[in-house]
Amino acid sequence: MANDYVVPAIVAVTLVTVGIGFYGLRLARTTSDFLVASRAISPTWNAAAIGGEYLSAASFLGIAGLVLKYGVDVLWYPVGFAAGYLALLLFVAAPLRRSGAFTLPDFCELRLGSRRLRILATAFVIFIGWLYLVPQLQGAGLTLATVAGSPYPLGALLVAAVVTANVALGGMRAITFVQAFQYWLKLTALAVPAIFLALQWQADARPAVTPPDGPTFRAATTVVVEHRATLTLPDGEIREVRPGDELTFAAGDPVPEVSGVATDAADWLLPSAAGDDDRGLFATYSLILATFLGTMGLPHVLVRFYTNPDGAAARRTTLVVLALVGAFYLLPTLYGVLGRIYTPQLLVSGQTDAVVVLLPGAALGDGLVGRLLAALVAAGAFAAFLSTSSGLLTSVAGVISTDVLGRGSVRGFRLATVIAGGVPAVLALNVSGLDVSQVVGLAFAVAASSFCPLLVLGIWWRGLTDLGAAAGVLVGGGAAIGAVLVTVLGPPLSGWPATLTAQPAAWTVPLAFTVMVAVSMATRRRAPADVAATMLRLHTPESLRL
Amino acid sequence: MAKQLPDVGSGGTVPPPRRTRIVLAEITRQDSRAERTRTELAQQTQVGEALVRGLVRAQLALALRLSLVVAIGLGGLPWLFAIAPSLGRTTLAGVNLPWLLLGVGSFPFLIGVGWAYVRLAERNEQDFIHLVQRPER
Repeated sequence: MANDYVVPAIVAVTLVTVGIGFYGLRLARTTSDFLVASRAISPTWNAAAIGGEYLSAASFLGIAGLVLKYGVDVLWYPVGFAAGYLALLLFVAAPLRRSGAFTLPDFCELRLGSRRLRILATAFVIFIGWLYLVPQLQGAGLTLATVAGSPYPLGALLVAAVVTANVALGGMRAITFVQAFQYWLKLTALAVPAIFLALQWQADARPAVTPPDGPTFRAATTVVVEHRATLTLPDGEIREVRPGDELTFAAGDPVPEVSGVATDAADWLLPSAAGDDDRGLFATYSLILATFLGTMGLPHVLVRFYTNPDGAAARRTTLVVLALVGAFYLLPTLYGVLGRIYTPQLLVSGQTDAVVVLLPGAALGDGLVGRLLAALVAAGAFAAFLSTSSGLLTSVAGVISTDVLGRGSVRGFRLATVIAGGVPAVLALNVSGLDVSQVVGLAFAVAASSFCPLLVLGIWWRGLTDLGAAAGVLVGGGAAIGAVLVTVLGPPLSGWPATLTAQPAAWTVPLAFTVMVAVSMATRRRAPADVAATMLRLHTPESLRL
Repeated sequence: MAKQLPDVGSGGTVPPPRRTRIVLAEITRQDSRAERTRTELAQQTQVGEALVRGLVRAQLALALRLSLVVAIGLGGLPWLFAIAPSLGRTTLAGVNLPWLLLGVGSFPFLIGVGWAYVRLAERNEQDFIHLVQRPER
């Protein structure tokens, strides 16, 4: 597994990121410089920057890993991640830009004029930001361990340190070009190897993705198990494996059935059917709801919309983001599918999130092309960790410095960055067993059950009151957070309780909307007096402004 | 720049050379034709209030209609696959239909809906601007 090109590629991506950041910092020093710089560039660049920040470890590594493991049912992750931008476009983009709010707490104060609601929103921004940062660091640790053989904590701590230092020194703040560059890098890093992989698959006489006898090993393989599992060997023997166990398979051996993995061809290939699995259907709809509605509540997504000159441009930018993100999401599925053929050992070892970085080497061999492409993919993966973590860290540190530590001096912002980066780094060291995409899915569920109702009702309904908003966020978001904590920290569950906590959005989102509307109607007198002026500002075109 | 502009409403002063109209797009929009209706909007008179309510309602109805399109078009799929399992086994060019619909087809569909929304929402805003400016014509 010694690939001489991987480490230089990762170092190069990191240096370019830090370098462009500092170069940009020298060009633009003040807040207005940042805004003017952002406004001088086209919606396409702006959209590429938003896409670059959005496509995280979950998109780059996680989706392919889930497809490898579970098959067609998890295709809702990429669809939902893209559709989230459509929901953002339909309900939020233009009015939010016109409101002038820079962060979610800003929006709360601006629309409802309540300091206490602002504090509540701050707490949720921090929680969602951390929940989303953990899987990024986790992906970094996993990738570095896979491609360079380093221990897992090293990669996680390395990315945490680089990003924290970079944000604390101000290098990443509102530098559109870094993020735009990283979008194109990520797209290239998946698209170019994908072409080679498809050609290789043709050259190998198109091996079936789901052979009738189940997946087989193409070459002699030694698997080191990473996660506890129950294997059912082809001769019917049942074997418990623990992390560290080594299993050897000869070329042509069938892949044993692994507990919790869709090894069976029909399970993997076909959507869950009615009757035999109602919980599967519930989980699918819950996932759809969380990803469709969660995107608008992610702290690092909203900040970027402020760089649009006006509401109409915010709409057009969102549409371009939707197209860019949609183009990207065509690719991870391909990696997951080809992974069934070329890297079935990951099903046994449990490291399915590594499929994207391992597939080029496994399919194309250890030749020069295979190693270069593997390095390209690893570089793309690091771009994903760096860009998303930087965006998240900037948002979380921003709210910590202004709303928790008091008025934000540069020193306060740096202290806030260290706090904001340190906590998820510690958490990431303790959760290596979770699927990257599942943790991200939980972050989406919390955002969909707290900020989505707040934004949608705040923008479209005059009757929203501060108490109603606070109650809805507390009940809906609190229920979602409870479900997350039970899933991540609690005892293993089975049956309906497991489904309801692993995919909570289908009941927490309606709950949040209901509570928010009901309490607002009960406290109708508290509706802000200036709601008509706010509505005017949110919805009328800028060209009519006085 | 603002200081050079004459106070049009008070009358008396002769406007300075028209040069300024070319410099900034915003200045040409400071046309006095729709001034009164705009003031109505800003001061939240009943007329202005009704105009804004109409716009908000039109935009919300548009957004809800298009989300219904997505809810049926995409949200119906898991249910459809669940009640008609044979659909999942149908293949097109060797690939099962659910994989094609979700992995490939859903993205152009979402982009198409988004494109339609941007066009229609901008048209709603144009209609609103015309409505605001009409009494002055």
